Amino acid sequence: MKVNSPLQIYKYLPQTNCGECGEATCMAFASHLLDRSKKVADCPPLLDDKYKKKYLELSELLAPEIREVIAGVGETAVKIGGDDVLYRHQLTFFNPTVLAYDVTDTMSEEELVDRVKRISGFKKFYVGSFLKLNMVAVRSTSNDPERFKRAVKKVSETTTLPLILCSFNPDVLAAGLEVSADKKPILYAATKENWQQVSELALKERTPVVLFSPGDLDELKTLAVSFREMGIEDLILDPGTYPRGEQLKTTFQNFLKIRRAGIKEGQKDIAYPLMATPITAWMVNEDPIRASYWETVLASVFTVRYGDVMIMHSIEPYALIPEVLIRETIYTDPRTPVRVDPGVYEVGNPTKDSPVIVTTNFALTYYTVESDLSSNDIDCYLATVDTDGIGVEASVAGGQLTAAKIKETFDNAGFDFKEKTSHNTVILPGLAARLQGDVEDVTGLNVKIGPPDSGRIPGWMETNWPPK
Amino acid sequence: MVKKLKINDVIELLKDADVEALEGVTFEGDIELEIEETTGIDSLFAYTLGEETAKIGLYLLNLARSIGYPVDQIARIQAQPPTPSAPKLSKLIESKFTVGTIDEWKTPIEEVTLGATSSDGGTRGHTITLGGERALPYYFDAPMPNRNYVTIDVFDMPISMAKTVKSNYEDVMEDAGEWAKKVVNEFDADMVTIHLISTDPLIKDTPAVEASKTVEEVLQAVDVPIVIGGSGNPAKDPEVLERAAEVAEGERCLIASANLNMDYERIAAAANKYGHVVLAWTQLEINAQKELNRKLMKQCGVDRDRIVVDPTTAALGYGLDYAYTNMERIRLAGLIGDEELNFPMSSGTTNAWGAREAWMVSSPLKEDSDWGPREYRGPIWEIVTGLTLALGGNDLFMMMHPGAVKVLKEITQTLFGSIKTDETNLSNWVAEVLA
Ligand code: SF4
Repeated sequence: MKVNSPLQIYKYLPQTNCGECGEATCMAFASHLLDRSKKVADCPPLLDDKYKKKYLELSELLAPEIREVIAGVGETAVKIGGDDVLYRHQLTFFNPTVLAYDVTDTMSEEELVDRVKRISGFKKFYVGSFLKLNMVAVRSTSNDPERFKRAVKKVSETTTLPLILCSFNPDVLAAGLEVSADKKPILYAATKENWQQVSELALKERTPVVLFSPGDLDELKTLAVSFREMGIEDLILDPGTYPRGEQLKTTFQNFLKIRRAGIKEGQKDIAYPLMATPITAWMVNEDPIRASYWETVLASVFTVRYGDVMIMHSIEPYALIPEVLIRETIYTDPRTPVRVDPGVYEVGNPTKDSPVIVTTNFALTYYTVESDLSSNDIDCYLATVDTDGIGVEASVAGGQLTAAKIKETFDNAGFDFKEKTSHNTVILPGLAARLQGDVEDVTGLNVKIGPPDSGRIPGWMETNWPPK
Repeated sequence: MVKKLKINDVIELLKDADVEALEGVTFEGDIELEIEETTGIDSLFAYTLGEETAKIGLYLLNLARSIGYPVDQIARIQAQPPTPSAPKLSKLIESKFTVGTIDEWKTPIEEVTLGATSSDGGTRGHTITLGGERALPYYFDAPMPNRNYVTIDVFDMPISMAKTVKSNYEDVMEDAGEWAKKVVNEFDADMVTIHLISTDPLIKDTPAVEASKTVEEVLQAVDVPIVIGGSGNPAKDPEVLERAAEVAEGERCLIASANLNMDYERIAAAANKYGHVVLAWTQLEINAQKELNRKLMKQCGVDRDRIVVDPTTAALGYGLDYAYTNMERIRLAGLIGDEELNFPMSSGTTNAWGAREAWMVSSPLKEDSDWGPREYRGPIWEIVTGLTLALGGNDLFMMMHPGAVKVLKEITQTLFGSIKTDETNLSNWVAEVLA
């Protein structure tokens, strides 16, 4: 965005402090616009005709540096790009990297359907919700328009995930579009050879299009400027993802260059989302495990450094799980608190015979433990000790998790073991085993040591609970 | 289903909906909108429209929304096919791409050498130099002078570890010297870390004098530079590390570690006296790192070229976001001139194995998709954790799994620029990827 202080935004607001936006003052609302936690349209008075000019000007000022491109329709539509900063601590990154996995038009129908189902069905629990994959990339390995059309049709019948239609042959792309244009797929790709026909397709169907110019940034910019001139603005840039050696080093630097030009230098001509294709790892590795590993390595590199949408091949869990988690790592909003409030929480419906389990107030630890317990239907009390938001192992080492802190947590919550439990027992995390003696002395409770990972609590309960 | 509407129709519609606020509002021009029923609207739809139409359309839409008309529920508005005025091109508009370098990166990261050869009073076969960067890692602004290095963990007693890791070390766990040889000769370790974990009063309480013998064994078994680690017990470590520093005098080892909740002065004094480098460890807190580094320099007189920092490594999925951003901030602060932060960094990448995804047979959550075989999950967990931190500026990696070490070295050295391969032609990758 073109502004960096709430004051600059304030000038465009009605300045009446009417409170309709939910903020006490226009200035407060301005700070929310600045950190992108509210939208211009959230100020109803500004929508009045008399502010029309200001509304439009402000919207322009607040537009993200990197264009945001939307593909797909309905609930599974994806937003690609839209970033404003080069480092996540400066604000946060927006629109998590969109992960696409491939199928080909030479697969058997059975194989194709199975793969698409696996892609759209994948889910991995993380901090209160499920991480998923976003798109299916249909590659034409036949170069046959009819075959491609059939494959695209089958895929879109099988999943609601948006598609990337992949071919350098415009006739093949056109055939695929015939059966999927209403789903707003991404066209991959326009090159310096096929740009005229592909631009016509993109104009006609108003679908986003990827510009592909491997290793040549002048040519990539040439394509971007030309497409913009033709009125096509939903562009994604693919500078080529070379899978190894010095070409990979150059690829990495190309991503840095394009994004720096877009965000730091405000070069609008090149301020589009970036596509990486870690799938090229499969061009240089014969062994499938090695290829999958290297693909995940490339996916990680380009998740950290500016890839906004990526095409991958491996759908093995050892590829997908790290890929969705590194994306979460980079795109989690660093402004959200890392800790939960200390206290004694009920999980399920605890009774006097239910266990009392201690953990820390590091949000990740808390949510992990909480989901392990609730997913396995364990009714209990979960005591969250204020460790300054540090996890168990580190807070035992660093002195933030101590017997005194544990006692304090129960005291502050008014949790009386005599009254609430029949067993007078507290369970410490396995990684805090060294606190056992101290906790016994300080609290006078029986202390049991749980497993080092809360995922093992269900098994642990079978042999250790109720206490003898 | 698509309906074409004129603005006046919209006004009629809104009138029917008994909305009075539109009265007196006039629209200039005749804007045609397509309203497709049953799909949602989002305010970003503007991008799919031509600029002007979009702005007017959006404005109108918000207006309608603001007076209570349920646009979001019923309508998806699309512009007429794009701006007819857009020219068709007969040839591409040639353009040149340029981008500048970052002027603010004026301060280099300190270069710190580990290990000492006979010419410097030690017995190591070679030394390793960390740091010296003038830009973020692998950036084009300035070449990176030193590559990343990996030190593999060795313990002074058999410890419990993930099965996938353990299978590599079962034959050497009883003998730290053999263990050290194995990681150097077979697993390509650049360095060895000897963790004197048995000194912990809650484990074996091995006396410092005895533990220092293990350090001597490792120094004799291998000639790479070494890291000497305590047990992490803040009360016992100063004594243990002091004694270990003494027996390793002149070897320029990395002493791990000094931190704020222990008698760091004693560690620093031992490192100074016996010629070692201090690892300054803090817990994911940039200001604590500044404080510790300042104290080591000002209060304890540790030279700048004898400090490496460990700002804490959290595993992928378990706080790596904090660890990564913390490192990146430390590195950026150092590059723009914070002289309390411009030191090489070290990561306890082995912490990745604490993540359940690295070692558990299957997910404890029944809702998760199948996790697949764990022997492939563990090493990639260590790789991705380390790689992410490498991109954030980390120089030295403390690792465990030989396969993970191999891949991490391969990617970091590729980005560093020292791995040459045949060229790949991507021009038809869509059809050529055989998988
Ligand atoms: S709704 Fe608009 S005018 Fe009212 S307080 Fe909020 S920003 Fe100000």
